[in-house]
Amino acid sequence: MREYEIDVIIKNKPIVKDPEGETILKDLIHKQGYDTITSARAGKLISLRVKAANGEKAKKITYDMCNELRIYNPVVHTLDIKVKGE
Amino acid sequence: MKVAVLQFPGSNCDLDALKALRSIKVPTDLIWHREFKGGDYDGVIIPGGFAYGDYLRAGAISAHTPAIEEVKEMAAEGKPIGGICNGFQILIEAGLLPGALIENSSMKFVCKWVIVKVETDRTPFTRLLRRGQLMRMPVAHHQGNYFCKNLKELYENDQIVFRYVDERALPTESANPNGAIDNVAGVCNPEGNVVGLMPHPERASNAILSPSGTADGEIFFKSMFDYMGGRSW
Repeated sequence: MREYEIDVIIKNKPIVKDPEGETILKDLIHKQGYDTITSARAGKLISLRVKAANGEKAKKITYDMCNELRIYNPVVHTLDIKVKGE
Repeated sequence: MKVAVLQFPGSNCDLDALKALRSIKVPTDLIWHREFKGGDYDGVIIPGGFAYGDYLRAGAISAHTPAIEEVKEMAAEGKPIGGICNGFQILIEAGLLPGALIENSSMKFVCKWVIVKVETDRTPFTRLLRRGQLMRMPVAHHQGNYFCKNLKELYENDQIVFRYVDERALPTESANPNGAIDNVAGVCNPEGNVVGLMPHPERASNAILSPSGTADGEIFFKSMFDYMGGRSW
Protein backbone atom coordinates (compact mmCIF):
# COMPACT_ATOMS: atom_id res chain seq x y z
CA MET A 1 0.00 0.00 0.00
CA ARG A 2 1.42 3.35 -1.02
CA GLU A 3 0.39 6.82 -0.02
CA TYR A 4 -0.64 9.21 -2.76
CA GLU A 5 -0.83 12.98 -2.71
CA ILE A 6 -4.11 14.13 -4.18
CA ASP A 7 -5.57 17.56 -4.83
CA VAL A 8 -9.33 17.97 -4.81
CA ILE A 9 -10.35 21.14 -6.64
CA ILE A 10 -13.87 22.50 -6.26
CA LYS A 11 -15.08 25.30 -8.53
CA ASN A 12 -18.42 26.83 -9.38
CA LYS A 13 -19.93 25.44 -12.58
CA PRO A 14 -19.76 27.80 -15.58
CA ILE A 15 -23.54 28.43 -15.30
CA VAL A 16 -23.15 29.53 -11.68
CA LYS A 17 -21.96 33.06 -11.00
CA ASP A 18 -18.62 33.29 -9.26
CA PRO A 19 -18.55 36.69 -7.53
CA GLU A 20 -15.15 36.04 -5.95
CA GLY A 21 -13.53 35.25 -9.30
CA GLU A 22 -15.26 38.23 -10.90
CA THR A 23 -14.01 40.56 -8.20
CA ILE A 24 -10.43 39.25 -8.50
CA LEU A 25 -10.57 39.75 -12.27
CA LYS A 26 -12.27 43.14 -12.34
CA ASP A 27 -10.94 44.86 -9.24
CA LEU A 28 -7.43 43.46 -9.11
CA ILE A 29 -6.17 41.89 -12.33
CA HIS A 30 -7.76 44.35 -14.77
CA LYS A 31 -7.30 47.41 -12.56
CA GLN A 32 -3.60 46.61 -12.40
CA GLY A 33 -3.38 46.49 -16.17
CA TYR A 34 -3.32 42.76 -16.95
CA ASP A 35 -5.78 43.19 -19.82
CA THR A 36 -4.81 39.99 -21.60
CA ILE A 37 -6.18 37.91 -18.74
CA THR A 38 -9.81 37.39 -19.63
CA SER A 39 -11.20 35.12 -16.93
CA ALA A 40 -10.71 34.25 -13.27
CA ARG A 41 -12.65 31.61 -11.40
CA ALA A 42 -12.07 31.11 -7.68
CA GLY A 43 -12.44 27.75 -6.02
CA LYS A 44 -11.37 25.62 -3.13
CA LEU A 45 -8.46 23.18 -2.96
CA ILE A 46 -8.20 20.34 -0.47
CA SER A 47 -4.93 18.40 -0.38
CA LEU A 48 -5.23 14.81 0.73
CA ARG A 49 -2.87 11.91 1.36
CA VAL A 50 -4.54 8.65 0.45
CA LYS A 51 -3.32 5.09 1.07
CA ALA A 52 -4.05 2.79 -1.89
CA ALA A 53 -2.53 0.03 -4.04
CA ASN A 54 -2.18 2.37 -7.01
CA GLY A 55 -2.98 5.88 -8.21
CA GLU A 56 -6.19 4.86 -9.91
CA LYS A 57 -7.53 3.30 -6.72
CA ALA A 58 -6.52 6.35 -4.71
CA LYS A 59 -8.47 8.51 -7.13
CA LYS A 60 -11.51 6.23 -6.88
CA ILE A 61 -11.44 6.33 -3.05
CA THR A 62 -11.27 10.12 -3.20
CA TYR A 63 -14.04 10.38 -5.77
CA ASP A 64 -16.38 8.12 -3.77
CA MET A 65 -15.65 10.01 -0.55
CA CYS A 66 -16.32 13.39 -2.22
CA ASN A 67 -19.69 12.16 -3.42
CA GLU A 68 -20.74 10.38 -0.26
CA LEU A 69 -19.82 13.23 2.07
CA ARG A 70 -20.77 15.96 -0.39
CA ILE A 71 -17.34 17.53 -0.25
CA TYR A 72 -18.64 19.47 -3.24
CA ASN A 73 -22.21 20.41 -4.01
CA PRO A 74 -23.05 18.80 -7.36
CA VAL A 75 -25.82 21.36 -7.93
CA VAL A 76 -23.36 24.21 -8.27
CA HIS A 77 -19.82 22.80 -8.26
CA THR A 78 -17.46 20.89 -10.49
CA LEU A 79 -15.07 18.41 -8.94
CA ASP A 80 -11.57 17.86 -10.22
CA ILE A 81 -9.32 15.21 -8.64
CA LYS A 82 -5.62 15.34 -9.44
CA VAL A 83 -3.26 12.56 -8.39
CA LYS A 84 0.03 14.36 -7.93
CA GLY A 85 2.21 11.39 -7.09
CA GLU A 86 3.48 9.35 -4.19
CA MET B 1 -46.45 18.34 22.22
CA LYS B 2 -43.00 19.83 21.97
CA VAL B 3 -40.67 21.68 19.61
CA ALA B 4 -36.88 21.33 19.60
CA VAL B 5 -34.50 24.13 18.80
CA LEU B 6 -31.36 22.29 17.68
CA GLN B 7 -28.00 23.56 18.83
CA PHE B 8 -24.81 22.88 16.88
CA PRO B 9 -21.37 24.19 17.77
CA GLY B 10 -21.62 27.68 16.26
CA SER B 11 -25.39 28.12 16.36
CA ASN B 12 -26.09 31.65 17.56
CA CYS B 13 -29.76 32.38 16.90
CA ASP B 14 -30.85 29.47 19.09
CA LEU B 15 -31.84 31.58 22.09
CA ASP B 16 -33.78 34.03 19.92
CA ALA B 17 -35.72 31.14 18.36
CA LEU B 18 -36.36 29.66 21.80
CA LYS B 19 -37.64 33.00 23.07
CA ALA B 20 -39.87 33.54 20.04
CA LEU B 21 -41.48 30.11 20.55
CA ARG B 22 -41.82 30.32 24.32
CA SER B 23 -43.26 33.83 24.17
CA ILE B 24 -46.25 32.38 22.30
CA LYS B 25 -46.43 29.51 24.82
CA VAL B 26 -45.06 26.77 22.58
CA PRO B 27 -43.44 24.08 24.77
CA THR B 28 -39.86 24.20 23.48
CA ASP B 29 -36.53 22.62 24.39
CA LEU B 30 -33.15 23.99 23.47
CA ILE B 31 -31.24 20.83 22.71
CA TRP B 32 -27.61 20.02 21.94
CA HIS B 33 -27.39 18.08 18.68
CA ARG B 34 -25.73 15.03 20.27
CA GLU B 35 -28.59 14.61 22.72
CA PHE B 36 -31.35 15.10 20.20
CA LYS B 37 -33.85 12.30 19.57
CA GLY B 38 -36.47 13.02 16.93
CA GLY B 39 -39.06 10.78 18.58
CA ASP B 40 -39.21 13.15 21.56
CA TYR B 41 -40.43 16.06 19.44
CA ASP B 42 -43.27 17.09 17.14
CA GLY B 43 -41.33 19.74 15.28
CA VAL B 44 -37.85 21.21 14.92
CA ILE B 45 -36.34 24.62 14.35
CA ILE B 46 -32.76 24.62 13.10
CA PRO B 47 -31.56 28.09 14.02
CA GLY B 48 -29.12 30.44 12.38
CA GLY B 49 -25.45 30.82 13.14
CA PHE B 50 -22.21 29.39 11.84
CA ALA B 51 -22.42 25.67 12.63
CA TYR B 52 -18.96 24.08 12.55
CA GLY B 53 -17.54 27.44 11.52
CA ASP B 54 -19.16 27.20 8.07
CA TYR B 55 -16.09 25.14 7.13
CA LEU B 56 -16.15 23.51 3.70
CA ARG B 57 -19.50 25.21 2.96
CA ALA B 58 -22.15 26.66 5.25
CA GLY B 59 -24.14 23.73 6.62
CA ALA B 60 -22.01 21.03 4.96
CA ILE B 61 -20.61 19.46 8.13
CA SER B 62 -23.75 19.59 10.30
CA ALA B 63 -25.66 17.92 7.47
CA HIS B 64 -23.77 14.70 8.25
CA THR B 65 -24.49 14.57 11.98
CA PRO B 66 -26.71 11.89 13.59
CA ALA B 67 -29.07 14.72 14.65
CA ILE B 68 -29.80 15.49 11.01
CA GLU B 69 -30.48 11.79 10.38
CA GLU B 70 -33.13 12.10 13.11
CA VAL B 71 -34.47 15.24 11.42
CA LYS B 72 -34.74 13.31 8.14
CA GLU B 73 -36.88 10.68 9.84
CA MET B 74 -39.09 13.38 11.34
CA ALA B 75 -39.43 15.00 7.92
CA ALA B 76 -40.53 11.67 6.44
CA GLU B 77 -43.18 11.42 9.17
CA GLY B 78 -44.58 14.79 8.11
CA LYS B 79 -43.46 16.73 11.18
CA PRO B 80 -42.76 20.43 10.61
CA ILE B 81 -39.05 21.21 10.12
CA GLY B 82 -38.01 24.84 9.86
CA GLY B 83 -34.52 25.97 8.95
CA ILE B 84 -33.65 29.61 9.43
CA CYS B 85 -30.58 31.10 7.72
CA ASN B 86 -27.77 28.66 8.64
CA GLY B 87 -30.56 26.17 9.39
CA PHE B 88 -31.75 26.61 5.79
CA GLN B 89 -28.19 26.01 4.59
CA ILE B 90 -28.04 22.82 6.68
CA LEU B 91 -31.36 21.51 5.29
CA ILE B 92 -30.12 22.14 1.74
CA GLU B 93 -26.81 20.40 2.39
CA ALA B 94 -28.68 17.49 3.97
CA GLY B 95 -30.68 17.12 0.77
CA LEU B 96 -33.99 17.84 2.52
CA LEU B 97 -34.50 20.95 0.41
CA PRO B 98 -33.64 21.52 -3.26
CA GLY B 99 -31.04 23.86 -4.74
CA ALA B 100 -27.98 25.52 -3.27
CA LEU B 101 -27.08 28.63 -1.30
CA ILE B 102 -23.99 30.28 -2.67
CA GLU B 103 -22.03 33.43 -1.87
CA ASN B 104 -23.99 36.68 -1.98
CA SER B 105 -23.52 38.38 -5.34
CA SER B 106 -22.03 41.39 -3.51
CA MET B 107 -19.40 39.13 -1.85
CA LYS B 108 -20.35 40.91 1.36
CA PHE B 109 -22.09 39.85 4.51
CA VAL B 110 -25.50 41.48 4.26
CA CYS B 111 -27.36 42.52 7.39
CA LYS B 112 -30.57 44.49 6.87
CA TRP B 113 -34.35 44.46 7.14
CA VAL B 114 -36.07 43.18 4.03
CA ILE B 115 -39.62 42.62 2.87
CA VAL B 116 -40.68 39.17 1.74
CA LYS B 117 -43.85 38.10 0.04
CA VAL B 118 -45.57 34.89 1.06
CA GLU B 119 -45.86 32.73 -2.05
CA THR B 120 -47.71 29.81 -0.53
CA ASP B 121 -49.84 29.25 2.55
CA ARG B 122 -49.77 25.46 2.33
CA THR B 123 -46.74 24.91 4.59
CA PRO B 124 -46.88 24.43 8.37
CA PHE B 125 -45.03 27.73 8.76
CA THR B 126 -47.22 29.87 6.51
CA ARG B 127 -50.68 28.43 7.07
CA LEU B 128 -51.82 31.43 9.12
CA LEU B 129 -50.57 33.79 6.44
CA ARG B 130 -52.12 34.35 3.04
CA ARG B 131 -50.55 34.26 -0.40
CA GLY B 132 -49.27 37.68 -1.36
CA GLN B 133 -48.98 38.88 2.23
CA LEU B 134 -45.86 40.93 3.00
CA MET B 135 -43.62 40.33 6.00
CA ARG B 136 -40.78 42.46 7.32
CA MET B 137 -37.84 40.49 8.65
CA PRO B 138 -34.08 40.98 8.87
CA VAL B 139 -31.48 39.02 6.91
CA ALA B 140 -27.90 38.48 8.09
CA HIS B 141 -25.80 36.17 5.94
CA HIS B 142 -22.90 35.71 3.56
CA GLN B 143 -24.11 32.66 1.67
CA GLY B 144 -27.78 33.28 1.02
CA ASN B 145 -27.81 33.54 -2.75
CA TYR B 146 -30.34 30.86 -3.66
CA PHE B 147 -29.67 28.94 -6.85
CA CYS B 148 -31.41 26.02 -8.50
CA LYS B 149 -31.60 24.54 -11.97
CA ASN B 150 -35.27 23.60 -11.84
CA LEU B 151 -36.95 26.83 -10.80
CA LYS B 152 -39.96 26.22 -13.06
CA GLU B 153 -40.50 22.83 -11.47
CA LEU B 154 -40.34 24.37 -7.99
CA TYR B 155 -43.03 26.89 -8.94
CA GLU B 156 -45.16 24.16 -10.48
CA ASN B 157 -44.87 22.10 -7.29
CA ASP B 158 -45.68 25.13 -5.11
CA GLN B 159 -42.26 24.90 -3.40
CA ILE B 160 -41.39 28.59 -3.48
CA VAL B 161 -42.41 29.90 -0.06
CA PHE B 162 -40.98 33.43 0.20
CA ARG B 163 -39.57 35.99 -2.25
CA TYR B 164 -37.83 39.32 -1.62
CA VAL B 165 -39.96 42.23 -2.78
CA ASP B 166 -40.13 46.02 -2.49
CA GLU B 167 -42.83 48.09 -0.75
CA ARG B 168 -45.12 47.62 -3.77
CA ALA B 169 -44.71 43.83 -3.52
CA LEU B 170 -42.59 43.74 -6.69
CA PRO B 171 -39.59 41.37 -6.86
CA THR B 172 -37.12 44.03 -8.01
CA GLU B 173 -33.36 43.72 -8.18
CA SER B 174 -32.91 46.34 -5.49
CA ALA B 175 -35.21 44.41 -3.15
CA ASN B 176 -32.99 41.34 -3.53
CA PRO B 177 -30.28 41.43 -0.85
CA ASN B 178 -28.08 38.61 -2.15
CA GLY B 179 -28.63 37.96 -5.85
CA ALA B 180 -30.94 34.98 -5.30
CA ILE B 181 -32.48 33.54 -8.45
CA ASP B 182 -35.90 35.13 -9.05
CA ASN B 183 -35.64 36.81 -5.59
CA VAL B 184 -36.27 33.48 -3.84
CA ALA B 185 -35.93 33.83 -0.04
CA GLY B 186 -37.38 30.51 1.09
CA VAL B 187 -38.42 27.13 -0.28
CA CYS B 188 -40.05 23.91 0.91
CA ASN B 189 -39.85 20.22 0.06
CA PRO B 190 -42.50 18.76 -2.29
CA GLU B 191 -44.63 17.69 0.71
CA GLY B 192 -44.39 21.19 2.19
CA ASN B 193 -43.48 20.22 5.77
CA VAL B 194 -39.79 21.14 5.49
CA VAL B 195 -39.27 24.88 5.04
CA GLY B 196 -36.06 26.88 4.84
CA LEU B 197 -35.64 30.62 4.60
CA MET B 198 -32.79 33.11 4.81
CA PRO B 199 -34.65 35.89 6.71
CA HIS B 200 -34.94 35.61 10.48
CA PRO B 201 -38.54 35.38 11.77
CA GLU B 202 -37.23 34.94 15.32
CA ARG B 203 -35.57 38.36 15.15
CA ALA B 204 -38.86 39.85 13.93
CA SER B 205 -40.99 38.40 16.71
CA ASN B 206 -40.98 41.38 19.03
CA ALA B 207 -42.54 44.66 17.85
CA ILE B 208 -40.32 46.78 20.09
CA LEU B 209 -37.20 45.44 18.35
CA SER B 210 -38.48 46.01 14.84
CA PRO B 211 -37.92 49.29 12.95
CA SER B 212 -41.43 49.00 11.50
CA GLY B 213 -42.95 48.30 14.92
CA THR B 214 -44.39 45.00 13.74
CA ALA B 215 -43.77 41.42 14.83
CA ASP B 216 -44.34 39.74 11.48
CA GLY B 217 -42.02 36.83 12.20
CA GLU B 218 -44.15 35.63 15.09
CA ILE B 219 -46.75 34.26 12.65
CA PHE B 220 -44.15 31.80 11.33
CA PHE B 221 -43.99 30.14 14.76
CA LYS B 222 -47.71 30.51 15.46
CA SER B 223 -48.43 28.71 12.19
CA MET B 224 -46.09 25.90 13.19
CA PHE B 225 -47.85 25.43 16.52
CA ASP B 226 -51.24 25.61 14.84
CA TYR B 227 -50.17 22.89 12.39
CA MET B 228 -49.02 20.67 15.26
CA GLY B 229 -52.48 20.92 16.76
CA GLY B 230 -51.47 23.32 19.49
CA ARG B 231 -53.18 26.57 20.17
CA SER B 232 -54.83 28.16 17.17
CA TRP B 233 -54.79 31.85 16.46
